Amino acid sequence: MNHREETYNYTVVRQFAIATVVWGVVGMAVGVLIAAQLLWPELNFGVPWLSYGRLRPLHTNAVIFAFGGSALFATSYYVVQRTCHARLFSDALAAFTFWGWQAVIVAAAVTLPLGYTQGKEYAELEWPIDLLIALVWVAYAIVFFGTIFKRKVPHIYVANWFFGAFILTVAILHIVNSAAIPATLWKSYSVYAGAQDAMVQWWYGHNAVGFFLTAGFLGMMYYFVPKQAGRPVYSYPLSVVHFWALIFTYMWAGPHHLHYTALPDWAQSLGMIFSLMLLAPSWGGMINGIMTLSGAWHKLRTDPILKFLIVSLSFYGMSTFEGPMMSIKTVNALSHYTDWTIGHVHSGALGWVGLVSMGSLYFLIPRLYGRTEMASVRAINLHFWVATIGIVLYIAAMWIAGVMQGLMWRAVGADGTLTYSFVESVKATYPFYAIRLVGGLLYLAGILIMAWNVWKTVAGARPVEARIPAPAYA
Amino acid sequence: MSEFTSGFWDVYIALATIVSIVACGVFLKHQSVHRVPMVGGEPQTSGHVWDEDLREYHNPLPRWWAWLFYLTLAFSLVYVALYPALGSYPGLLGWTQAKQLEEENARAQALYGPIYEKFAAQEVAALAKDPQALAIGQKLFLNHCAQCHASDGAGSRGFPNLTDRDWLWGGTPEAIRTSIAEGRTGVMPPFGPALGDDGVKDVAHYVLSLSGAAHDSIRAARGKEKYAQLCVACHGPEGKGNIQLGAPDLTDRVWLHGAGEAAIAETIAKGRTNQMPAHKELLAPAKIHLLTAYVLSLSAQAR
Repeated sequence: MNHREETYNYTVVRQFAIATVVWGVVGMAVGVLIAAQLLWPELNFGVPWLSYGRLRPLHTNAVIFAFGGSALFATSYYVVQRTCHARLFSDALAAFTFWGWQAVIVAAAVTLPLGYTQGKEYAELEWPIDLLIALVWVAYAIVFFGTIFKRKVPHIYVANWFFGAFILTVAILHIVNSAAIPATLWKSYSVYAGAQDAMVQWWYGHNAVGFFLTAGFLGMMYYFVPKQAGRPVYSYPLSVVHFWALIFTYMWAGPHHLHYTALPDWAQSLGMIFSLMLLAPSWGGMINGIMTLSGAWHKLRTDPILKFLIVSLSFYGMSTFEGPMMSIKTVNALSHYTDWTIGHVHSGALGWVGLVSMGSLYFLIPRLYGRTEMASVRAINLHFWVATIGIVLYIAAMWIAGVMQGLMWRAVGADGTLTYSFVESVKATYPFYAIRLVGGLLYLAGILIMAWNVWKTVAGARPVEARIPAPAYA
Repeated sequence: MSEFTSGFWDVYIALATIVSIVACGVFLKHQSVHRVPMVGGEPQTSGHVWDEDLREYHNPLPRWWAWLFYLTLAFSLVYVALYPALGSYPGLLGWTQAKQLEEENARAQALYGPIYEKFAAQEVAALAKDPQALAIGQKLFLNHCAQCHASDGAGSRGFPNLTDRDWLWGGTPEAIRTSIAEGRTGVMPPFGPALGDDGVKDVAHYVLSLSGAAHDSIRAARGKEKYAQLCVACHGPEGKGNIQLGAPDLTDRVWLHGAGEAAIAETIAKGRTNQMPAHKELLAPAKIHLLTAYVLSLSAQAR
């Protein structure tokens, strides 16, 4: 065994960890801008590439794939090495995934404002970028599963089940949903038509939530929660059951995005019931994370990283209860197309995905630079409270706005005509857009505090190469 | 169901669904451990250790959690028996979203039908003075027309003002009804290529002169000859327009696509296509009747 094989590859982990913070700032700043545009439409300054319709996909792509994606790359590369007691399968391929993924992000940041889009939500990027994504993802899978194959411990740690499911499924989702016939370099047409196209899109769309934004981050949770708490994972049987149940039932849930549309009734029904069946498997992850803290609850008082992780699990539990409820046809008839959906997504995105990533990075970054903790622990605490208050303002505003819109749209007078015109519901939403903007600003302020803290931690510190310890397993 | 090309898919969907739901339950039952031995005051772990200190307790599934899972599985089995879910099996309740819509429409018809029947029997001119009819008309207008014609009916550039007395396609109740029900397409062909830049300007000045606006009389004189060749067919010899074609009256001060030399020259050079969409598929005849009265009342208030 040569010298390299005695250490972990922290280089690619460091790159992705820093990229996560940078893209987090960018993606959230764009989010705040478009939230402000809903209050003051003049903020597009009459410039086409600053218009809401082009910046909105830029925001979603930046926070999901640039911020969330980089966080997943960083943590999965760290976790798979640490729990397999083995260096990454290939340093070169790992480096390719970093530079390839950054190229994808930059290409997205250029083409989306220019108006190049396939028009599929969360799959807007045109076909040349899609091809690059596919290449990067295949390389990612080779690095990840290659590392699993060379592990020095007999059992595969639970975090890696989730990372593995996430990598495998996202590959399938991306390739199937992005299948298109190119017309020109920046224009293509989906190979599916009509309701089938919509079904494939939301099979993709919901599993992007289920695997990219859930399974991947559960992998993160399963490593960083027990590590930070210093406690064993609560229940191995629970992790087995909720893992298989989760990845199995998520696959069916997509049609709940297409209730009361041209999608056949039977497909809508299946989407609804499998979403309901998702409740328990989702909560299994929350229980396993939160109960891992049993016996160490006092640490929550003093440890801001644990606050991030545990509150993220609470938001996870909340949004995975809300999701199945919203998939019920009668509830959906009220909530669909309203800002309730936006509130739901952000309780998952800001509360779960955001907080668990930030908590994990606060654990990870000092260790990548040979330090025991971040430069300022008080800043972590401040970040936690600013972000949490921001989330609560954001989602409460969107809930109220959404339910109000749903009720206003269906209100009818004694003569059967609609009580409110659409524009009246927009006008009534204004105050809630203002509250949402404040919430978003607070959340952005939080990640700016994090960026400062990361800068103070990293500047002047020396990147370390950790030696691989002998497996403790006898 | 028409979307299936063979009966195979019915069986496939039904089997896959039922087997999946039942398999979740069997798996859950199979993985349920009831007790876990305690080792030194701590629950037993799985025995595996990763990354120096990562361990897992072998705690059983939380009982309430397992029951929650069973409950959703049972609910789903009942649901697929009652509602359409297993391919083209219609479900015991015979519910479909199309039927739900029909029932809701029938209820609305029973509830509100008489109100509209009463109004449908009256003349538009009478309805245009009836406050209750106008109140319904306004609600309909705000939800179906205001997007283009604005909440007060005053329109905007490219979208006709309905509160004046100028009508592109005629202001009789019958003409308004036809505009709403069938829609209208007004096309002004582009004359830029035929006239050239200078010719466009000349005609624009002649058009300005028709409404008594400030203009260059030499250009207008030249433009008049070209007008007689190219424009007269639709806009008429005096520029009064033609409601059969939706050709605007050029002698008044109403400018759909903007007043002044530049806007008029652009219209002449590039042409215009204006579309009012047909609403007969969206609105029942009685509602179009009420909307006609409302639109008529808007213009009746003018000046």
